[in-house]
Amino acid sequence: MGTTAAVLLWALGVLALVGGVLVFTLNSMARVTFALLGSLVCVGGVVTVLGLPYLGVVILLMMVMEMVIMAVFMIAYMMNPAGLMPMSMLHNKRGALAVSGVVFAVLTTAVFVVPWPDRPRVRPVDTTVQVGMSLMGDQMLTMVTLGFVLLATMVGATVLATHRGRYDRFGDDLDQRPAHDPAGGGVGR
Amino acid sequence: MTFELLLVLAAGLFSIGLFGALSQQSIVMIMMGIELMIGGIIVAAADFWHFLAPTGSGQVVIVAAVVAMAVEMAMGFTVTTAIYRARQVDMTDMAQDLKG
Repeated sequence: MGTTAAVLLWALGVLALVGGVLVFTLNSMARVTFALLGSLVCVGGVVTVLGLPYLGVVILLMMVMEMVIMAVFMIAYMMNPAGLMPMSMLHNKRGALAVSGVVFAVLTTAVFVVPWPDRPRVRPVDTTVQVGMSLMGDQMLTMVTLGFVLLATMVGATVLATHRGRYDRFGDDLDQRPAHDPAGGGVGR
Repeated sequence: MTFELLLVLAAGLFSIGLFGALSQQSIVMIMMGIELMIGGIIVAAADFWHFLAPTGSGQVVIVAAVVAMAVEMAMGFTVTTAIYRARQVDMTDMAQDLKG
């Protein structure tokens, strides 16, 4: 690994951690969202520097869109979205700190205790081709499963978020005509 | 940055996210914690791919983690919308009992 890559990884790593801490220390919901965006963009940067530019850019683009949507949700739903009044939204802070501290200590210890295998492995020239060939070849079943998971998520999310479903409108046997809607619609009604 | 240090970074992100997921009251903030945890998993997977196993299957693990991130976000927003519509609640502490 070259010096530039090492410096970039250090910078991105520190920024990712700082962003992560800011997520749970800032008051303003908008700032919190952008702190998380910064942290996850750094994660995408780390992935890119480690030689996976395609996945890194995918993570970066996805996080930008997700966090913009999240900012809207936070400001729409959360109390005190501007953070103008200091308030605590935590419960059992001490317990959560203890658990996360123990988990960090255990993981870090494991990192330095586990005898990792010898490093040198040949990396492919084009990593994008590698992931494409893998997803469309050996890992096709994984890709199909992920596709179905995404489809199920889309259907489930739409059904859960819909205010009035077909049974609300057409009755339990779907035979209620006209539909029971709170307000009429269409021309002449 | 070495293999081990990158794993420590991953552990740090995971632990910060875990703290958020355990301590936050707002459902959206809990989702943020889970996002950070998955971010840590992605860093670890990329680290393993780079240093130990630069295979296609290693990259697929990252793809799966990214999909998990997207699914978690979508369902989290949906649950927030559904529970807010039903009970005007966006906090876990207010949603801990069934509506009588």
